[in-house]
Amino acid sequence: MKPNYFSIPYVGWMALFVVTPIVMVFVFALTTPTGEFTLRNFSDMGLFLPVFIRSFRLAFLATVVCIVLGYPVAYLLARETTRVQRILFMLIMLPLWMNFLLRTYAWMSILENTGLLNQLLSFLSLPTVRIINTETAVVIGMVYNFLPFMILPIYSVIVKIDKNLIEAAHDLGANTFSVFRKLIAPLSIPGILSGVTMVFVPAVSAFVITQLLGGGMVFLLGDLIEMQFLGTAHNPNVGSAISIVMMLIVIVFVIVMNKFGSGEEKAVGL
Amino acid sequence: MSKELIRLSKCSMAFDGEYVLKDIDLYFKDKEFLTLLGPSGCGKTTTLRIIGGFLKPISGDVYFDGVRINDVPPHKRAVNTIFQKYALFPHLNVFENIAFGLKLQRQNGKKISKTEISERVLEMLDIVSLKGFEKRDVTLLSGGQQQRVAIARALVNRPKVLLLDEPLGALDMRLRKDMQNELKRIQQATGITFIYVTHDQEEALAMSDTIVVMENGEIQQIGTPEDIYNEPKNAFVADFIGESNILDGIMHQDGVVEIFGRKFSCLDGGFAKLEPVDVVIRPEDIDIVDSSAGMLRGTVTSITFRGVLYDIIVDFHGFKWLIQTTELYPVGADIGINIDPDGIHIMKKSSFSGMFGDYSSFSDEYENISDAEFEFEPMEDVERTEDRG
Repeated sequence: MKPNYFSIPYVGWMALFVVTPIVMVFVFALTTPTGEFTLRNFSDMGLFLPVFIRSFRLAFLATVVCIVLGYPVAYLLARETTRVQRILFMLIMLPLWMNFLLRTYAWMSILENTGLLNQLLSFLSLPTVRIINTETAVVIGMVYNFLPFMILPIYSVIVKIDKNLIEAAHDLGANTFSVFRKLIAPLSIPGILSGVTMVFVPAVSAFVITQLLGGGMVFLLGDLIEMQFLGTAHNPNVGSAISIVMMLIVIVFVIVMNKFGSGEEKAVGL
Repeated sequence: MSKELIRLSKCSMAFDGEYVLKDIDLYFKDKEFLTLLGPSGCGKTTTLRIIGGFLKPISGDVYFDGVRINDVPPHKRAVNTIFQKYALFPHLNVFENIAFGLKLQRQNGKKISKTEISERVLEMLDIVSLKGFEKRDVTLLSGGQQQRVAIARALVNRPKVLLLDEPLGALDMRLRKDMQNELKRIQQATGITFIYVTHDQEEALAMSDTIVVMENGEIQQIGTPEDIYNEPKNAFVADFIGESNILDGIMHQDGVVEIFGRKFSCLDGGFAKLEPVDVVIRPEDIDIVDSSAGMLRGTVTSITFRGVLYDIIVDFHGFKWLIQTTELYPVGADIGINIDPDGIHIMKKSSFSGMFGDYSSFSDEYENISDAEFEFEPMEDVERTEDRG
């Protein structure tokens, strides 16, 4: 291969700001605060098992909600005319153009006990709900922030399905529902898989959402790690070990997903 | 060849206000092989899609077995389609592709049993010569094999009518010929009505019981291949089906037509006295004789060797004729021609008169034809015979 000199800045950047921190994390994880080698940081990991379970459970929940909400949107979007698609796309992407913190603060004021939602409910003489500072609020925040990353990959797979295939299925006796169940759904699996990866991975490590919408009551991996580095617990060595374990779980998850999906990818000619 | 199965009555279709079908009246008989033939944009595929239920005519009616089916969706019609690009389901293997329709069928509210599905699929694979292919990935099959899977997938449902939309378009020359025979054989073996769309006149002549020639959204002629070739109704049909010299003539009386100021005897009649007509003379119906002995005299202006015979262009009074001959006449030679009465076909003047038939630009046309064949990307078809066993 010819050396590509244009890639030097990028390689340099990566080496300095990506590889170095990872190496440092590994070094921290394998040492005590005084700098001696140890495996204790890992062997104590069992203490945090509830946090791991809660993080993965909520991330899983948020991912499922994203599929349930995102798939129909992607499906309907793919059937619209190009003009309508462009407008709807902008609406879907619009929140992403706003600052992440700002968006999440907005949700705070919606979900608060005296927030917009409850004001609306009491206006309609309905019982008010207590959502803020619960797991529900955190999941809502995750779904809101990550939903576009579910819609887009599913959309791009569905829109590429050959119209002839749909006609052929109708021709062979499939009604609209059968066409969906036997053709469109199986062919959109690769899109769902990449959407799942794109939602699940950031959801597992989410931490600002949990603090703003969970009010510290919903303690997740992101918070745990942050606490080890910046917070009261201050133990970067344990924090590094937690990061590594989380990273490994996510890597295994992504590999399994890709294995699972590779059989489907040729189907849509990706 | 028996009763009428499908009828299109005064069917019109338009896209964005542009008419692509104009008041088509057409019926299809049971068990026949009918071809809709015409250049691209003539309305043949639109007609097929109306029968398949993918398009609703903006006016007119479609009848199936006497029942109006305008509002019946495709999945409820006893009609199956073979699409130009096969449209095989990429996530299913060969067996599952063919079984797709059967799995959806209900007989008296009951599904077809697994064993019956399996029997019928295997039987179909046998018919299309793909025995042992059931577990194969359809995306890895050659063009010809994919085509046969598409045929099996449609026929396994035992439709009354099979619609074929240029199904051989993506195959190379040799495979096309093979598949033409195969399709004809399958049609005769199954007794299913085939409605076949193509722009390839040779294909139409070789396979059809009936040919419908279309142009500008209108039917130009309906007939057997022999009728269409021998007795074209107008200059368009004459030009589109085979090579033709189309000249202006004047009908003097039944059996006598004047071309280039000379009277020729012919077999047609029923025209008014001195009625201007179009005269079709096929290149193979012209006999070359000594220049002094001919009914007309002309000069050879170009020669193309085509294997069995030569195409020569001969200039008569400034009008260039195409003549096919087995003997070589050099460029510049003066020759005479004779035409037997049964080689002269008289047609009424039509809107197509004067548009075709002069071979002045023959070499251009010839190049266009060969270019067109180059543009055509034949699908690779490696028949792996060892896999068949």
